[in-house]
Amino acid sequence: MTSTSTAPAGTADATGGAALELTGVTKAFGQFVAVDDLTLAVPSGSFFALLGPSGCGKTTTLRMVAGLEQPSAGTITLGGQDVTGTRAHQRPVNTVFQSYALFPHLTVGENVAFGLKRSRAKDVAARVADGLDLVELGHLADRKPSQLSGGQQQRVALARALVNRPALLLLDEPLGALDLKLRRQMQLELKRIQTEVGLTFVHVTHDQEEAMTMADTVAVMNHGRIEQLGSPADLYELPRTAFVANFLGQSNLVAGTVTERLTKRGLLGVDVRGTRVLVPTERAVSSDGAVLVGARPEKMRLLVGDQAPGRGDNVLGPGTVTDVSFMGVSTQYQVEIPGLGTFGVFAQNLLGGATVTVGTSVRLAWAVDFTFGLDGAQARDDGAVDLDDEP
Amino acid sequence: MSITAALGDSVAGVSAEPPRRRARRAHLFLLGPGVVYLLLFFVVPVGALLATSLYVPVPGGDVGEYQPAFHWQNYVDSLTQFWPALLRSFWFAFLATVAALVIGYPMAYVIAVRARGRRLLQGLLLVLVVAPFFTSFILRTIAWKQILADDAFVVTALHFLHLLPADARLTATPFAVVSGLTYNFLPFMVLPIFAALERLDSRLLEAGADLYASPATTFRTVTWPLSMPGVVAGTLLVFIPAAGDYVNASLLGNNTNTTMIGQVIDARFFKVLDYPTAASLSVVLMVAILVLVGVYVRRSGTEDLL
Repeated sequence: MTSTSTAPAGTADATGGAALELTGVTKAFGQFVAVDDLTLAVPSGSFFALLGPSGCGKTTTLRMVAGLEQPSAGTITLGGQDVTGTRAHQRPVNTVFQSYALFPHLTVGENVAFGLKRSRAKDVAARVADGLDLVELGHLADRKPSQLSGGQQQRVALARALVNRPALLLLDEPLGALDLKLRRQMQLELKRIQTEVGLTFVHVTHDQEEAMTMADTVAVMNHGRIEQLGSPADLYELPRTAFVANFLGQSNLVAGTVTERLTKRGLLGVDVRGTRVLVPTERAVSSDGAVLVGARPEKMRLLVGDQAPGRGDNVLGPGTVTDVSFMGVSTQYQVEIPGLGTFGVFAQNLLGGATVTVGTSVRLAWAVDFTFGLDGAQARDDGAVDLDDEP
Repeated sequence: MSITAALGDSVAGVSAEPPRRRARRAHLFLLGPGVVYLLLFFVVPVGALLATSLYVPVPGGDVGEYQPAFHWQNYVDSLTQFWPALLRSFWFAFLATVAALVIGYPMAYVIAVRARGRRLLQGLLLVLVVAPFFTSFILRTIAWKQILADDAFVVTALHFLHLLPADARLTATPFAVVSGLTYNFLPFMVLPIFAALERLDSRLLEAGADLYASPATTFRTVTWPLSMPGVVAGTLLVFIPAAGDYVNASLLGNNTNTTMIGQVIDARFFKVLDYPTAASLSVVLMVAILVLVGVYVRRSGTEDLL
């Protein structure tokens, strides 16, 4: 996008957005607790993602920040100011709704001007034009929303919110209705706009890939609580709960018991059905009793025949390859190890396609440094997403 | 005809009768009954009405005997004599329409928006709106006459509270006629507005609030414009029949300052047997309503709302 460099958006009066803080926020609908004692700090100017499955309370959280719902308990502050109890139209917050919620009786230009007119802003026409240029829709200002495609409507909704320079911009799964290609394109565009205008963005999504590509900080929510909060890389490399390990990407998890502490090397020895697996102590949530040992599929390698593992590698197996899917850049293998379950292995296709066929007996090897340990009291498949269930 | 055969026709284009022409014939067939009905009971009577409005009395004939002619003077004569009743009809119809809108819009709003999601309550309220139709129009108007009568509780209470001078009454006043019109046509205002508000997406109201609009501003800038199709339909459905109404005027008014054009037409047709005057007044009323409605619909600009 070249038109944006000339637009004053974000350069002329960048406020940098405001920090958002939620303290002990709870929202109950009758008996059902949608958000449970949530405490959260979003630094100003950051791109923050609330990630979770449907019904985890992320949208309710967003609506409370917008002022469309009032919390049952707790406080919400914006830029250090307590806004709990104020109503939606009194808050310097704008939302890009999942349904876009564009006003059907107004033109695109009038939709974008709506907030500016209400706040009695000056130069409404110029700011509307800039806002529409930012999303490359300047030429459609006189159309009605019903005459636009889904992607264009989405960008109008974004412009309508952004043009007000809110202290905080809320995005409620705004890309959910778009097809995959358009969604990828809009993700990059949103990220670019956020960097450009420097506002605080809070993005609600159930799409872990979307959260990871766009956000600086991701909070994984489940059952109205935050499971883990951190940068996408931290969450991915070192999940602290089985839910996060399975919901954010895929994980291979096996149950085991801590049997030894190698304090000098900073390692824990875990017995997994008679095989010793090593876990770095600082990468384990608990250092005794039952644990779940995990590793990401792309960290694992297949050992065929008497192929030797690397020095200090963890090894599991033998097992049988039950499925091979060629994905272009990589090949995904499913390996069934009797008594331990099914493991996924992603292998880069550095030397061409699949090298191992279904039915081959293999062992799995991965570096100790990439192993993580979780509390053993959780279900191994907590948070695992069945691809068929994805909306 | 099988699907494959139909496809074959349209692809090859060799059929003696193209599918489009067949579809057009089906349209005509479906329109048929309605067209015949309207021809018989609308076009023919209107033609007869137009012709009658130009008739002249048979020279030396009895009362009520007329012969065909092109006597345009009938229009001039009837208008010079009855223009006050015509104007009053539109004025009363206008007042009743405004009153019905003021009373009906909040009703429709409560049923459509506030009771949203509570199907049972919504259904019950809608039945209550339509309930007056279960009894006869005449009976209901006579009931209003009782309610507004001199010794009934409304007048007694107003006298007691000194809101009404001791010698004043409610029956046989313009107020009584407009009240009756408002009451009788209120459901025609409520139902179309309800239908429009029912379709209103409540997420648009949240979007309004999110964009700094207070509830009042959201109503003015979002709810009201989006309910315009219902408001236009409702006002037309009240105004048109109210302008031609004669039941309320004769039962609740029956006074020289409440005479409406419908009453005049009724009297000319059935009491005085002055058919040409009655017919010419009917034509004037019809044309006037058509013009007013045309201007109104164009001014309100609802055609691009839907």
